[in-house]
Amino acid sequence: MSTILAELGFMLTDPFMQRALLAALLVGVSAPVVGTYLVQRRLSLLGDGIGHVALTGVALGWLVGAGLGLVPDDVLAVPGAVVTAVVGSVLIEVVRRRGRTSGDLALAIMFYGGIAGGVLLIGLAGGSSGNLMSYLFGSISTVSDTDLVLTVVLCALILLVGLGLRAALFSVSHDEEFAVASGLPAWALNMAVAVVAALTVTVAMRVVGLLLVSALMIVPVAIGQVVTHSFRRTMLVASVVGMTVCLVGLGITYWNDLSPGATIVVLAIGVYVVVALGRPLVARRRPTGDPHPDIPDDVELARTASGVRGGARPNGTDEECVA
Amino acid sequence: MTLTASQAPTTTAAPAVEARNVHVRLGASHILRGVDLRVERGEVVALLGANGSGKSTLVRTLVGVLPASEGDVRLLGSPLRAPRGGRRAGAGQVAWDKIGYVPQRVSAGGGVPSTAEEVVASGLLHAHRLWLPRGWRDVARAALDLVGLADRADHPTHLLSGGQQQRVLIARALVRKPELLVLDEPVAGVDRPSQEAFAATMSSLVAEGLTVLVVLHELGELAPLVTRAVVLRHGRVVHDGAPPRPHGAHDAVGHDHVHPHEPAPTDDHGLADGPFPGREARS
Repeated sequence: MSTILAELGFMLTDPFMQRALLAALLVGVSAPVVGTYLVQRRLSLLGDGIGHVALTGVALGWLVGAGLGLVPDDVLAVPGAVVTAVVGSVLIEVVRRRGRTSGDLALAIMFYGGIAGGVLLIGLAGGSSGNLMSYLFGSISTVSDTDLVLTVVLCALILLVGLGLRAALFSVSHDEEFAVASGLPAWALNMAVAVVAALTVTVAMRVVGLLLVSALMIVPVAIGQVVTHSFRRTMLVASVVGMTVCLVGLGITYWNDLSPGATIVVLAIGVYVVVALGRPLVARRRPTGDPHPDIPDDVELARTASGVRGGARPNGTDEECVA
Repeated sequence: MTLTASQAPTTTAAPAVEARNVHVRLGASHILRGVDLRVERGEVVALLGANGSGKSTLVRTLVGVLPASEGDVRLLGSPLRAPRGGRRAGAGQVAWDKIGYVPQRVSAGGGVPSTAEEVVASGLLHAHRLWLPRGWRDVARAALDLVGLADRADHPTHLLSGGQQQRVLIARALVRKPELLVLDEPVAGVDRPSQEAFAATMSSLVAEGLTVLVVLHELGELAPLVTRAVVLRHGRVVHDGAPPRPHGAHDAVGHDHVHPHEPAPTDDHGLADGPFPGREARS
């Protein structure tokens, strides 16, 4: 017991580990918040698409950095990724809105264009595709103070938008037509989601790598959906799960020589499997009876008249049941 | 808890809806061809017409979801579009907090489940309010109570029956206490008891001064409430006045109207003219 505590204490006093844990905590909390909106809009793979585009940004930053003679070469890699990811996600949103190309097709083009562009540019910058590995698979153990500041700022921004505008973002993601008919600035809200998703991808890039970014945004939401039926609670559970798997996964790799990103994602998927399999065993069955039985009112209450008859009368007509 | 707008009509006696010469083109099809529509405060106007006659397009244009290619729309006295060069529908100074819209389709599910209460609460947001107000749960529950779903507030919307989901959407429109309610086939696919309950709710709201524009296939349970009917055909108004009498037993209690979306064999609304009665799903 004491050795475990001693080991934990050792880990927590390691400055490298402190930075890494803080970054993992922030990313673990914020990525699922944005992921909840993406899942709700049925754009689960958007994060992946942006991740591929961000790779071009990394290489672009590298190319510019090398051109300017900056040391180290990749000092502009993360800013490059931020800018390119934002531009890419805004483009995807614009293409999706105009409806000329399906969102699906736009995503596919982004995927491949992003990877090809990244590999091409890194070659021009005098590097090899090997230099991209740390961005593809994460490099949380080498988080610098500058990285940490950027992570803190971006995560604060993500949480500010993702939580602060939750009701409005829920409305526009749930039923855009109704949101427009309420005068909500649907266009701006959609763009906000796109930009925030891009920022999430770039901050999560450090922790799990671009190839696994989407998993950190989506898998916790999948877990949240299994255990709750409410949007707010799904987001909360996802965020807690995201934070937990990030910290635990990182902790595991402190003692075992494993890839942090892969460990975190495998852990998250493991939690999902356990929860999904375990849910039917422990689920409390909802009471099937109507807690408000349909008793005809004996007083003239115009307002509650609707509650009397229509209360619990199911009438499944075809199309409504698809969801 | 009162959920309707204040009874006193707004000082400006502007009509609730005023549409002039509205044209809508979607792609190559010219769906609305110069529609004029005026709904005064306190009226209950039914918008009738066969499938494809442009009813839904008209109401979606009126609430700013679709852009009108020509013509003007004013809601509660304010222009729908910004006066000059406002390209985006939904701009302008419309009092969105006084307008409730119930879209036609049941849009229960996104990818993430949400409770009935959460869906209804989203109706509290509008152009001038991006955050939920304090006490939103109580207001949302009161609106759900109004449609008889108070006990379903915590249920996931996508697991409710079709008729219940439709009522959730109605509650979402009522939660902001609208002065004008625009409904697109609120009772399509809803059983008769639910329709009666819906009509009862509507009549108490109308008695308090609510203005209603409702798209219907048949007047049904709402018939006693409807003060005026507007019939569309081929994207034009062909009747504007007293509600037309339905054919025979088509609309009577006990008539088994199994599927309202099938093309009706005869003209639904007792208007004898028109070369293609009841089958105008072309435009």
